Amino acid sequence: MVDLSTSYAGLTLKNPLVVSASPLCQELSNLRRMEDAGAAAIVLHSLFEEQILIESNELDKYLSNLADVSGEATSYYPDLEKLKIGPDAYLEYIRQAKATVGIPVFGSLNGVSEGGWVRYAKLMEEAGADGVELNIYFLPTDGEEDSATVEARYVELVRAVKAQLKIPLTVKIGPYFTSLVHFAKRLDEAGTDALVIFNRFYQPDFDLSTREVVPGLQLSTSYELTLRLHWAAILSGRIKSDIGITGGVHSPADVIKSMMAGGRVAMTTSALIESGVGVLRSMLSGVEGWMEKERYQSVRQMQGSMSQQNVANPAAYNRANYMKVLSSYSVRDLAMQGTK
Amino acid sequence: MKRKVTIDGNEAAAYVAHKTNEVIAIYPITPSSPMGEWSDQWSSEGKPNIWGTIPSVFEMQSEAGAAGTLHGALQAGALTTTFTSSQGLLLMIPNMYKIAGELTPCVMHVAARALAAQGLSIFGDHQDVMAVRQTGWALLSSNSVQEVMDFALIAQAATLESRVPFVHFFDGFRTSHEVAKVEQLDVEVMKTMLPLELIEAHRRRALTPDNPVLRGTAQNPDVYFQARETVNPYYIALPAIVQNAMDRFAALTGRQYKIYEYLGAADAERVLVLMGSGAEVAEETLEELLAAGEKVGILKVRLYRPFASELLLQALPASVKSIAVLDRTKEPGCAGEPLYGDLLTALAEGIASGKAQFKGFPKVIGGRYGLSSKEFTPAMVKAVFDELGGAASKNHFTVGIADDVTHTSLEYYPAFNTEHAETVRALFYGLGADGTVGANKNSIKIIGEDTDNYAQGYFVYDSKKSGSVTTSHLRFGPKPIRSSYLINRASFIACHQFNFLERIDMLRYADHGAVFLLNSPFGVDEVWQQLPLTVQKEIISKQIRFYVIDGYKVAKETGMGGRINTIMQTCFFAISGVLPRDEATAAIKKAIKKTYGKRGDAVVQKNWAAVDATLANLLEVEVPAEATSNFDIRPAVPAAAPEFVKNVLAPMILGNGDQLPVSAMPVDGTYPIGTAQWEKRNIALEIPAWDESLCIQCGKCVLVCPHAVIRAKVYASDKLMGAPETFKSAEAKWKNFPGQRYTLQVAPEDCTGCALCIEACPSKSKTESKRKAINMVSQLPLREPEAKNWEFFLSLPETDRTALNLGQVKDVQLLEPLFEFSGACSGCGETPYVKLLTQLSGDRSVIANATGCSSIYGGNLPTTPYTVNKDGRGIAWSNSLFEDNAEFGLGMRLAMDKHKETASELLVKLASTLPEALAKGLLFANQSTEAGIRDQRARVAELKKLLAGKESFEARTLLSMADSLVKKSVWILGGDGWAYDIGYGGLDHVLSSGRNVNILVLDTEVYSNTGGQMSKSTPRGAVAKFAAAGKPRAKKDLALMAMHYGAVYVARVAMGSNDGHTLKAFQEAEAYDGPSLIIAYSHCIAHGYELVHGLDQQKLAVQSGHWPLFRYNPALAADGKTPFVLDSKAPTVPLENYIYNETRYTMLRQSNPAVAAELLLEAQHDVDQRWHTYEHLAHQSNANFATALQSAACGEKAEGTVNHG
Repeated sequence: MVDLSTSYAGLTLKNPLVVSASPLCQELSNLRRMEDAGAAAIVLHSLFEEQILIESNELDKYLSNLADVSGEATSYYPDLEKLKIGPDAYLEYIRQAKATVGIPVFGSLNGVSEGGWVRYAKLMEEAGADGVELNIYFLPTDGEEDSATVEARYVELVRAVKAQLKIPLTVKIGPYFTSLVHFAKRLDEAGTDALVIFNRFYQPDFDLSTREVVPGLQLSTSYELTLRLHWAAILSGRIKSDIGITGGVHSPADVIKSMMAGGRVAMTTSALIESGVGVLRSMLSGVEGWMEKERYQSVRQMQGSMSQQNVANPAAYNRANYMKVLSSYSVRDLAMQGTK
Repeated sequence: MKRKVTIDGNEAAAYVAHKTNEVIAIYPITPSSPMGEWSDQWSSEGKPNIWGTIPSVFEMQSEAGAAGTLHGALQAGALTTTFTSSQGLLLMIPNMYKIAGELTPCVMHVAARALAAQGLSIFGDHQDVMAVRQTGWALLSSNSVQEVMDFALIAQAATLESRVPFVHFFDGFRTSHEVAKVEQLDVEVMKTMLPLELIEAHRRRALTPDNPVLRGTAQNPDVYFQARETVNPYYIALPAIVQNAMDRFAALTGRQYKIYEYLGAADAERVLVLMGSGAEVAEETLEELLAAGEKVGILKVRLYRPFASELLLQALPASVKSIAVLDRTKEPGCAGEPLYGDLLTALAEGIASGKAQFKGFPKVIGGRYGLSSKEFTPAMVKAVFDELGGAASKNHFTVGIADDVTHTSLEYYPAFNTEHAETVRALFYGLGADGTVGANKNSIKIIGEDTDNYAQGYFVYDSKKSGSVTTSHLRFGPKPIRSSYLINRASFIACHQFNFLERIDMLRYADHGAVFLLNSPFGVDEVWQQLPLTVQKEIISKQIRFYVIDGYKVAKETGMGGRINTIMQTCFFAISGVLPRDEATAAIKKAIKKTYGKRGDAVVQKNWAAVDATLANLLEVEVPAEATSNFDIRPAVPAAAPEFVKNVLAPMILGNGDQLPVSAMPVDGTYPIGTAQWEKRNIALEIPAWDESLCIQCGKCVLVCPHAVIRAKVYASDKLMGAPETFKSAEAKWKNFPGQRYTLQVAPEDCTGCALCIEACPSKSKTESKRKAINMVSQLPLREPEAKNWEFFLSLPETDRTALNLGQVKDVQLLEPLFEFSGACSGCGETPYVKLLTQLSGDRSVIANATGCSSIYGGNLPTTPYTVNKDGRGIAWSNSLFEDNAEFGLGMRLAMDKHKETASELLVKLASTLPEALAKGLLFANQSTEAGIRDQRARVAELKKLLAGKESFEARTLLSMADSLVKKSVWILGGDGWAYDIGYGGLDHVLSSGRNVNILVLDTEVYSNTGGQMSKSTPRGAVAKFAAAGKPRAKKDLALMAMHYGAVYVARVAMGSNDGHTLKAFQEAEAYDGPSLIIAYSHCIAHGYELVHGLDQQKLAVQSGHWPLFRYNPALAADGKTPFVLDSKAPTVPLENYIYNETRYTMLRQSNPAVAAELLLEAQHDVDQRWHTYEHLAHQSNANFATALQSAACGEKAEGTVNHG
């Protein structure tokens, strides 16, 4: 019998398979099925601060703009007293989720303003969340803002939120940082308990018939995992935060690789959407079967075993790895020298 | 502690009605709709009545339906009420006789309103309640908002005790919509006033099989009369019962009322008798006259039916020598209006019997005032008193108008003023959508509830729905406010829209030393030169203190978008000093939290930020000594306008319609058409500009334009001679117009800036995808040059209709619209269909228009949009009522058909005297094409020439009917409230008639005009008024129902989804010789999204299967083809992707997510099911169709058919 348990952001999980934030998490019945299928923890769908703002402002706009324009129609809607605007419905859902499943439940917060982050994170804690995942999703398009400013913004947000929370705080980021290891260390210092890599950014597409930009939403593939493995392996051992890997975890092998790269958990969504919640069960048994076959006793054994620090060939994670593909062994040797 | 609230009359009535009833039957009609809306909302929020149960509120299909339901619920023992006004009350009359005849306790609350006669009016007078004075219902009049709340309860108490039903009425708008500070009745007071034993007695009389009785027999000559007289004791007892209820009420609340309340000198010689809000004005005037030592008094009549003659006479002082009775109604041809007649009768009886206390028979005169909320002011009250004092007093007078025809009117001196010096009077001019009224409602609540002041707010709206001006009239001060009239001497005037200054002379209402607050994009140093000369002069001569703020800048900076309400409100408090600034700021913030808190914290925060940012931007302007502006307020219409427009409509546009004399008015409500073109409103900040290099000349922009402000012509190139410099043209891309030019022209001063045309434009730049063949640009720089271009464009010849293919949009753009520049909402989804109708058949159509949005934008004064072509032909238009429009249109058809038949008979008779070819041509003309119609018109012209001067009966008759030989179309227009609900019975009958009428249902899926109440067209899951918890039932399939007749052309269209299909349906409906029904998806502001996306929503409605497009043409069946053609594809988009773009649906998700989710599932099922049915029908052979349709109605699938699901 192998030991699948892992620790993540200060929590002990029964295995490393965590369901990441997705619309699937919006149904309580799905949460129960996820737990039954073996999920060790669930990150709920994201609470979008902007969406709350938009919903509020849109509702206000159409209630207000349509009011008092005509003597016959001084309004167009009943101005209801009981509206569930804002985070109330989400917080209620956290409560229900906690009552539904026994595994840890993370709230996920996708925000834009410091006030919103702190306030909503605190509310999630109060609602019973076991942890909060900050999904920092910021597209720096302002040509006047330098990278240091952008990074400082992340760090300050994390610091502000962490100061308010007693429960673990995980931070989900994208891969596009100039010096990711340095940045991750700064997040460490700001109080991150786990770093979740990587966010999959919204990819707009073009509709050629209308020549308009349309939202593009594609499920991840195992191919995308390699980027995560690469950086997890580099970060592993260099930062204090635990590492969670998300994006491209589709198979037992993907889970195993995630662990070996240094991840404490492997998070998956696309696989569930594609193949159903039951896929968790086969992934776990696949991991278990492989471990038994390869005589691994515990997941913890394998965690970080192939990080840059722990592999025989650290240059495999460097630029030289690319050159190898192109040329010959001599290049590899050159690179080896470079790393020593 | 007595609770003070600042509310309007409707809310006051609804508060008591909801607290003291079990069942409430409702139907919307202005101005009473809010009473039903409040009731529905409170019940949906679970608010109980005083006995702890939540009243059951049910919307009916008409007021007649509401009255029937009222009657039924009362008979079954429930405490039941309803609310109505005007025509709605008239529709209740049959049941009112029954309810009274059966001695059934009930109180109905009526916001009294004018009746539709020579024209419709939504405003207040007593014509409606006077039309029910014979029904046996007691009539109790409230004069103020406080009285509305109090009398609602007193009436309830009196009806239970007396068993006589009550109409409790108050003046529409003036009281129903006036916001005032009143004392709210306590539940305990209500309970005490309504003892349980009386309610038990009502319940004991209920129809129940446990104690069965029969009520409503048919009675014969032997007993009906006696039976009718049985009720007399109840009416004799009633005045004392009401007075007793008033006395008990006084003991509980301290407010003592009298059914006939005399105020004034004990030795008064002149007395004014009246009821309603006018009595408050009379009381205010009275105080002034008494102070001047005049021997005058007023008698407020509160209980009008039963009319207690003796009690009324007793209320008058013995010293009275002359009495003027004022009626707020009109009975043409009567001996005197009702209250006058009743008082005269009472006096005559009292004096003849010797019971009256007067020495002789006082002089009594009667007069009319205040029809349709016509202003009634202290000056007018004084004029009546003055008239009484004269030697020869005018009887049957009018006051408040200038009657230069029958000279009934009294002269009055507007300068006479009775307002208390300590009362602050503030006037605010705002734009409908800028939140001015909402802010002022908030302000008056703050003043009413946070200070010891008395407070009053009244709001005047524009009749147009785009770019509409609102005026807020706020009064407050330490003295009670009885001024039920508009402010005409303001101590504070605020102009919230800078461009109003060039249209409205608002400072004419400013008092000397008043404050003027202007929302101005120009700062303190530059604003002065931007003011019209008149405004500058008034500021100087009246020594006005002048403040400016750039409200839009502050709004933008604080996330308020285009809403300047909070900013301007903060300025008002800062300048007016009604509260210390800190207190005012705190109070505004508290009010913001209360009003907007439920919409989310973000809304509160941005409003608070706006409050904080305001004061730093509010600056006083140093007023120069001289007026130096080089421009002035613009004239209402150009000099080239016709005389009627200049003399009659222009004063109305300027807000001076009150000064028009009787002689200026058409006697029978007939007005010239084509007048909207003269009112240049300049309301768009941005207008479309044409890029001829990108344009493919498809005509889609022209088709979707709701206001007919973007038009196209193809013309010979030599016509460009003399074109203005900036006039654009391009080579026409038509095979059959080689070498000709094409121009797409915008009317810059008529455009409302909705940008639907931009959305419709399919042509994008290859190098810059945001750029289209038309693009929105700033209006101001283009105003003058494009106005010239527009003039030139109009002078170009119209394209020859006979050369066009009317089956394609590209050609239809070239047809002249005969419906233009209406006051419909910017981006309206209805008007493009109406415009299309006029393009296709406007020069030979009459329109019967149901009351609703389409009748308001179609026929609301001052200016109207239907117009004529160069031959003087155009739409003849009329509106009968809301409920009878199909029948009205059918009547038109019958008349036209009859005349055509008669003319044809006479032609046959006179054939021998006419050229043979002409007679045959006239009789057997093929008028199915434009050319055929043109030829027939030519024949008719020839016929008329030949008949002219002939004296025979046949010749004269034929001449008078000759035009009927040219094909005429009858279009019956209305919204879903009419077609699905109130007018459905008539519509159904007309559909079954076989007559050739075209019915266009402009389906917005809600009662748009009266403010968004649910209709049977409202889809499942949508929130609407009267469906605050989301409509739980599916939308009625009117189209499917109509198809069952088998001989009705039916089409469901959505122009934004498929314009070619819409066009085809209109063509086929016209061609079909029988009833045609087109149901047109009309996006609407009541759906809650930016209407610029209206076309996209129409596409989604079709793609989601919510609105499948089809045509059912019985003519196809005659040819052996399947009559039903499904023109849209199977749903490709989930319903939620369509509906959750609209507030009407998202609101439910925000108020009750679980119910929203459930209703979404059911609504998706509705869509799937309907698609299944339609698809099934579309695959039937003609032979199977009827059976399949029958099965569809039964929810089955016909046997032996292929499953296409």
